[in-house]
Parts: sequence; C-alpha cells; structure tokens
Amino acid sequence: MKENTPIIVDKKKNTFWEVVLKFLTKYRYFFAKIGISILTLALSTILLFFILRKIPGDIVELYALKLQNAQGITYDRAYELAKSLLNFDPNENVFAAFFRYIGGLFKGQLGESYLETGVSANSLIKTRLPWTLFISSVALFLSFFIGTNIGGFIATRRNGIANKISSSYIAITGSIPDYLIALILVIIFGYNLKWFPTQNNYDAFSVTPGFNFPFIGSVLYYAALPILSYTIVQTGVWILHMRGSAIGVLGEDYILAAKARGLKESTIRRRYVKKNALLPLITMLGVSFGSLFGGATLMESIFNYPGIGLEISNRIVNKDYMVVQGLIFFSAAMVIIVNLVVDLLYPLIDPRVREK
Amino acid sequence: MNKEKFSDFLSTLKIFFKNLGHNLLNFLKKIFSSKKTIIGFVLIMVFVFIGIFGPLIFPYDQNTDVANKYLLPSTEHFFGTDWLGRDVFRQVIAGTSSVLEIAFFTAIFTVTIGTILGIISGYVGGVVDKIIMSITNIFLSIPSFPVYLLLAALITLESSVSLALIISLWSWAGLCRSIRVQVMSIKERDYIQICKVMHMSTFHIIFREIMPNVFSYIAVNFVVAMRNAIMASVGIMLVGLAAYDPTNWGAIINAARMKGLVNYKNILIMIYPLVFIIIFQISTLLLSNGLDETLNPRLKVK
Repeated sequence: MKENTPIIVDKKKNTFWEVVLKFLTKYRYFFAKIGISILTLALSTILLFFILRKIPGDIVELYALKLQNAQGITYDRAYELAKSLLNFDPNENVFAAFFRYIGGLFKGQLGESYLETGVSANSLIKTRLPWTLFISSVALFLSFFIGTNIGGFIATRRNGIANKISSSYIAITGSIPDYLIALILVIIFGYNLKWFPTQNNYDAFSVTPGFNFPFIGSVLYYAALPILSYTIVQTGVWILHMRGSAIGVLGEDYILAAKARGLKESTIRRRYVKKNALLPLITMLGVSFGSLFGGATLMESIFNYPGIGLEISNRIVNKDYMVVQGLIFFSAAMVIIVNLVVDLLYPLIDPRVREK
Repeated sequence: MNKEKFSDFLSTLKIFFKNLGHNLLNFLKKIFSSKKTIIGFVLIMVFVFIGIFGPLIFPYDQNTDVANKYLLPSTEHFFGTDWLGRDVFRQVIAGTSSVLEIAFFTAIFTVTIGTILGIISGYVGGVVDKIIMSITNIFLSIPSFPVYLLLAALITLESSVSLALIISLWSWAGLCRSIRVQVMSIKERDYIQICKVMHMSTFHIIFREIMPNVFSYIAVNFVVAMRNAIMASVGIMLVGLAAYDPTNWGAIINAARMKGLVNYKNILIMIYPLVFIIIFQISTLLLSNGLDETLNPRLKVK
C-alpha cells in the first residue's frame, strides 16, 4: 500500500498537463482545422481592408456635406462625425486605420451606409438574408435530392439512354452561364407566357407580411421562378458528382462480395452504392451551403429578388462601399465557418477519416 | 556560380521549347483524334475568324438612325436594328474581338499565376507551401463575383486587359491548388528522385521532368479559364460596370435589359448575343472535355 503512494502522487502532479496533451493529440485534427480557419479569416480581413483603402477619399467629404445639411452643424464637426460613422478616414495612417477597422468588426459593426442614414451592413443582413437563404437553400436541397438520385441510377447503367440524356443535360447547363439560364426563363415564363411574376419577392399591394396563407402563397408564387432556375443549374453538377462517386464505389471489393452473395441489384444500389457514394457529396453540400450566404449576385439582380446578392451589386453601382465591405466580409466569414463545421463534423459521419 | 546557373536555366528553357516544337506534330495528331476537340476547336477558330475579319467585312456604324429603329431581320440588317436604329448584327460582330480578348488574356494571366505558384508550392514544400496555401485559402473563401464587381468599380476599366487582370486576380486559386497536388505526387516518383540523386539542377527537374507531365492539365485548364472569363466578364457587364465597350455581348444584353423586357422587341435584340455566348461556351466546353479525354492518362485507363 505504502509503496504505491509515491506513484499516485506523481500521477497527480502530471495529470493536468497529461490530460491537456492527450486532449490535444487526440483532437489534433480538430485544432488544426480551427487554427487554419481563424488564420484564413484573419488574412481575408486584412486583404479586404487593403481593397477598402483603394476607395476614393472624397466619399467622406460627400457624406460630411450631407450631414452638414441634414443636422445644421459646422463642416469640421460634420467631417469628424462622418469619419466616425463611416469608420473610414482617408488621411489616417494605415496601421491606425487597420486597428480601428478591426475594432469596429469586434464590436459587430460591419459597415455603415453612407447613402442612407440608419442603414448598415448589419441591418441589411438581417432583412435580406432570410430571402436569399430561402430560395437558394430550397433550390440547393431540391437539386441535391434530384441530382444524387439520377446520378446514382445512371452510374449502374452507363450504356443506357438515361446516361446520354443526362450527359447532354450536364453539358448544356454547365456551359451556359447560370444567370443567362435565369434570363431565358424570365423571358419565356415571365414575359412571354406570363405564368410567373418577374420582379420582387411577394405581391406588396394585396398581401400583408405575416403568418397568413395569402402571404405564404404569394411568397411561394414569386419564388417559383428563381427556385426553378437555381435548381436547373445545380442539378447537372450534382448528377456529375454523384455519378463519379458512385462509379468509384462500384469498383470496390465489397460490391463484388455483395454480388457474389447473390443480392438483388436494387438492394446493392440502395444499401451499398448510394450510402457510400453520398458520403463525399455531403462535404460538397456543406461547402455549397456556406457559399449561399453571400447570395447569387446576378441571379438575384435578374429576378430583382431582394437578397444579399442584389444588395451587393446595387450598392457597388451606387458607390456605397462601406456596406459592400461588410457584406463581403460576412459572406467570406460564413464560407469559412460553414467549411469549418463541415470539416469538424465529417469524422463523425465517415469513420474512415477518424482512423487517421 | 550565379552566371553558370543562369546559363543552365537558359539551356533547359531552350530544350523545353525545342522539344515542345518537336513533339507538336505528334501532340496535334493525338489531340485531334477526339471528335469533341475537333468541333470545339473549329468553332473557336470560327469565332477568332469573325473577331479578326468580321469588322473589316461588316464595319459597325455607331451613328444613330432613329427613323429605322426596331427593324425586323432582313437582308440588309441580318439581325434587325436596335432602339436607335443601329445594326445588331454588326454590333455583335464588332463585339466578338473584345470578348475573345478578355477570354484569352484572362486565361493567360490565370494559368501563369496558378501554374507558377502551384509548382513552387508543390515542389518546394515546407514553409513556402504553407504560406502559398494560406493565400490560396483566402482567395477561395472570399466570394469571387462581388470582388470582381468591387474591383471593376474601384479601378476605372479602359481595356480588355485590365478587365482580364481583375478577373484573373481572383480565379487562379483553384488551379494553383490542383497543380500543387499533381506536382507533389510527381515529386515522389522514382525518376525525380533519381534526378535529385544525380544532382541535376532544379530548373532541369521543373522544366524537363515536371512541366511535361502537368502540361496537358494546364492546356485543359487554359480552356476552362477562358470559359470562366466569359462567364465573369458578361456578368460584370450585366450589372452595368465595365462599360468601356458598348458592343461587347454582355453590354448589348445589359442595354437591352435596361430598355425593359416588357417590350418584346428588346428581347429580340438580346437573343443574338445570348445565342453567340451560348455557342461560344459550348465550344469551349467541348474543347476542354475533348482535351481532357485525350490527354488525361487517368481517364484513358478506363
């Protein structure tokens, strides 16, 4: 009994650091991923900041003139106020400006609009993001569902007519720019057949926003065309990925073993091929979901759909750079964060990664 | 020592280009064995022909002629006229060279940046690799299209070259990453190890051993970069930025769209550049797929 005590004391001494070390080595994968993400976010912030420095300095003067007229204060005071409101000073030292910019980001101020008072990148994200996420995520999951089913099916019948049809579909939708497909759809269904509206997100004259059926119906009716064109564009990509992934899985030994056991082809396709081929695609789905937060600039501007993308393009044209800066920072941050989450969750889904 | 290295570098470069010319005939025979490549190449050559000789045969007159506005297609005006009486066919022809310039310059810039950084990152490895990869990560995580718009608004665009620079500045990252992976796998093979043991120069290894192996991949990506350049540049013009050339296909579509699509005559005007863009994109897709099939050894095995 007494002989054992020193060993226990020794263990107690090292317990904390041992645990930390064990923890670190066990979850090295996670910490490396988190570190890389933080680094990337920091570096992108720096890069965006240096693009911001290219903004012509006269926008502060213009904003100050506007404030002077609106509030009846002297020009110097208005200029000071403009600098603090815009979080931008053309005559400031680069480093000081950088630290102020970072400080603003930490306080959660992404950027104030200089065209409209009271509008900032934060408020725009709050009002526009739901619309962007609504149409793009519905379309993403719809096209993922359709594309993976078709892709898994044609991987097993590579000489059939379905493969030829889907190959030409992929070629056509892959080669035409997505916004031009949207434009063609708008021309056909919006202006020629007049089946669907071509502008806006809901009928502002006849329905009131809220949780009522006319409003939801109107939103769905107005979203039909954007969702349709997003889905048409993305389905081809998912078919291509799923076919490639499923063909890879079909060459594995366990498929051969399943065939040797005399399992039905449909069972093999459902239980073995599809399940394993979907795994790498889930990562891609996550990455695509991350890129939705920035909005699809051109798609939204063609449908005039009030999402983040339309806001970005309109504000760039109107030279409202501070807001644009904030919105681009937001979408880059969301891409990085969602990628990180996908990377961290992937070992839970796929045990083969965990082993490494 | 430095001078010696430099002359060594020059001679390896010379051999690289000499061999390129020597093998060009075999190479051409090989790549034109695919039907897709032939169709894609011929179509692109037709576009190049239109771009060079089109404006000479059908010169575009910018003067407005309001009396003849919104004419339907006829033998005099093949595609009709627009809202100011200008010939749409001649506009589209005049825009071809501008579109091709953007595609060509963007592809050159993108492939150059991506290849150089990818080879350095994959070959040197270590800290250099980590630095280049973290830079690549930034460019991949900031969404590209808004940045194109932002840069196009901040820098006054006057020519195809500056637009091409903006687009390629944000599109080399994917290519860089995939070339890095290829170089890393080639680096581990026996013949490179033997070269290293024999103390051959780095220039020799990169230009004579690694470059020929990734060259096919670069060729395919050159065409892909052209396609992406058209996608991005037409997009930038659709927003209304980069309005230095009103005859560019994207600019014609944007102008017609701004006039209002409720009037079906504007739709008729924008259909022609739309069809031209689609044909061009399909021909680049055919060319890149055809090249990929004939050059990529990974696909040949199957």
